[in-house]
Amino acid sequence: MDSPDDFADGAPVGRDGPAAPAVRRTSSAFGTPGLDSTVRRHDLNDVFIRHQDATFMMRAAGSDMHGAGIDDGDTLLVDRALTARHGSVVIAVVEGELRCRRLERPAAGSGRRPPVRLVADAPVAPIEITEDTPLEVWGVVTTVIKSLL
Amino acid sequence: MYALIDGNNFYVSCERVFAPRLAGKPVVVLSSNDGACIARSNEAKDLGVKMAQPWFQVRHLEKTAGLIAVSANHELYGDMSARMMAIEARYAPRQEVYSIDESFLDFDGVREDRVAVGRHMRAAILKETGIPTSVGFGATKTLAKLANNIAKSADRNPGVHPASLAQVCDFGRLSQDALDALFAATPVGAVWGVGRRTTEKLEAGGIRTVLDLLRADITTLRRQFSVVLEKTLRELHGTSCMALDDAPPTRQQILVSRSFGTPITQVDGILEAVSEFASRAAERLRQQGSVAGAIGIYFMTSPFRASDRQHSVNVTIPLPRPTDDTAALMHAAEMAVRTQFRTGFRYAKAGAILTDLQSTGHEQGELDLFAPVDEPAAPAPDPRAKLMTAMDALNNRFGRDSVRLGSTAVATNGADVAVWAMKQERRSPRYTTRWDEMPVVRA
Repeated sequence: MDSPDDFADGAPVGRDGPAAPAVRRTSSAFGTPGLDSTVRRHDLNDVFIRHQDATFMMRAAGSDMHGAGIDDGDTLLVDRALTARHGSVVIAVVEGELRCRRLERPAAGSGRRPPVRLVADAPVAPIEITEDTPLEVWGVVTTVIKSLL
Repeated sequence: MYALIDGNNFYVSCERVFAPRLAGKPVVVLSSNDGACIARSNEAKDLGVKMAQPWFQVRHLEKTAGLIAVSANHELYGDMSARMMAIEARYAPRQEVYSIDESFLDFDGVREDRVAVGRHMRAAILKETGIPTSVGFGATKTLAKLANNIAKSADRNPGVHPASLAQVCDFGRLSQDALDALFAATPVGAVWGVGRRTTEKLEAGGIRTVLDLLRADITTLRRQFSVVLEKTLRELHGTSCMALDDAPPTRQQILVSRSFGTPITQVDGILEAVSEFASRAAERLRQQGSVAGAIGIYFMTSPFRASDRQHSVNVTIPLPRPTDDTAALMHAAEMAVRTQFRTGFRYAKAGAILTDLQSTGHEQGELDLFAPVDEPAAPAPDPRAKLMTAMDALNNRFGRDSVRLGSTAVATNGADVAVWAMKQERRSPRYTTRWDEMPVVRA
């Protein structure tokens, strides 16, 4: 069965799947200190998924965000619970489509309001946010998973 | 005080989260077996598409009105439901997941302004999952359901009800006059538990609105209708007759769940509980003469034990073919637990939910006895069906669980479960549960 917990090569990561049991049951009369439930193996979910119910994974297609460390085929962790700020790498809805861009929303100084834009980290024209094309942030990209194989 | 939260046009909303181009368009979700419209966007409702209407009857709207149809993606809906339910569970100590998109919360003892809490919860669900919801508060579950109904119609049809009740409606802070006005504008069929036939009978007796029902003579009604209606009426009058986890079963899904007295930390404990739920749900399935196309399994820690590390699992497993076979359902449940279980957590609640229910064409038991004799001979029941019937009969006679399948039993066709052969041309990707189907984003 495919599972979101398995990385592409099929090796279970971070969870105790049946393929690689992390806990071996024994019937030692002296108990098994290794089974103390407070001891847990490193689990990527603990570190990278801050909001379990609001985190989604997406696959990047294209290289417009190369400068942000995102390349074609990378897996993105997207947290919808976070609020996008100036400089956040976000998933935005642009013309009915999901797009990965960096949010540019400089703090309002004195005088006129600086423009809000979704910019690429490559020489690609930015997407200007105007009244006709309101900003619709889907989620904030928190992590990039890059396979070296 | 109870709250009922439910997802607006839930299946359609799930589809829209990952396909934003569907926003604002008429969209229907078709059942996987017979192509009936099992969810409709508001725009599709405005086109006149009726609930459960067969696709072939509305197909022409594809060309003439831009209607978009997608096949049901139960795996996606199951996961989005899990996320929604987990967020809702943060807002009250007790939750009853009533269906895939509805849950009751017990708000007794909650001192804050309920409408404010309801709006906060609604905003959190929308932000974190993208699913719009409606929230109703009432002194009984029936009233909470009705308040939810009004929250929804006030949102959808401005002018029918006061705009202040849109999205979140709390009966508890309305005056009697305001309530009477609402009830007078609400058809009696909108009441939870008042079915189509009861509605017809009530209307024939001049009872058309909820207010009519509330003012009807209870003894007359009692003579004419079942004890169920009397219970409903008492609930409408504010006397709680249904506690949490005590609801009439819906037919669109079957849910069996339980909170554990002592948290479970070992996989065996979860396996045992979930197998039991699957088996009980399968029994109900056969009682109502349905088969399930998918089984959902969930188990979670308690958000109210702040010192505990939190984890919740909620997976939906589509079945290779719709079934009412206890062993097949148990096998799927077991696989779900074995792949998702993580050590180091104190699980407080678990459940099994059968969805994508389809009729087998015959209900079990006496119905068959009255089948016309000259009906073409039915195909000989397969041995497994016979086994299930025998098992149910024994359990009915000698008490629940006199006979049951071992939780490790592997169905003879168990290998099928691994072959997820769902042929659905219009189904969207299983964005959140399949590694190779995740949403692709232009970067």
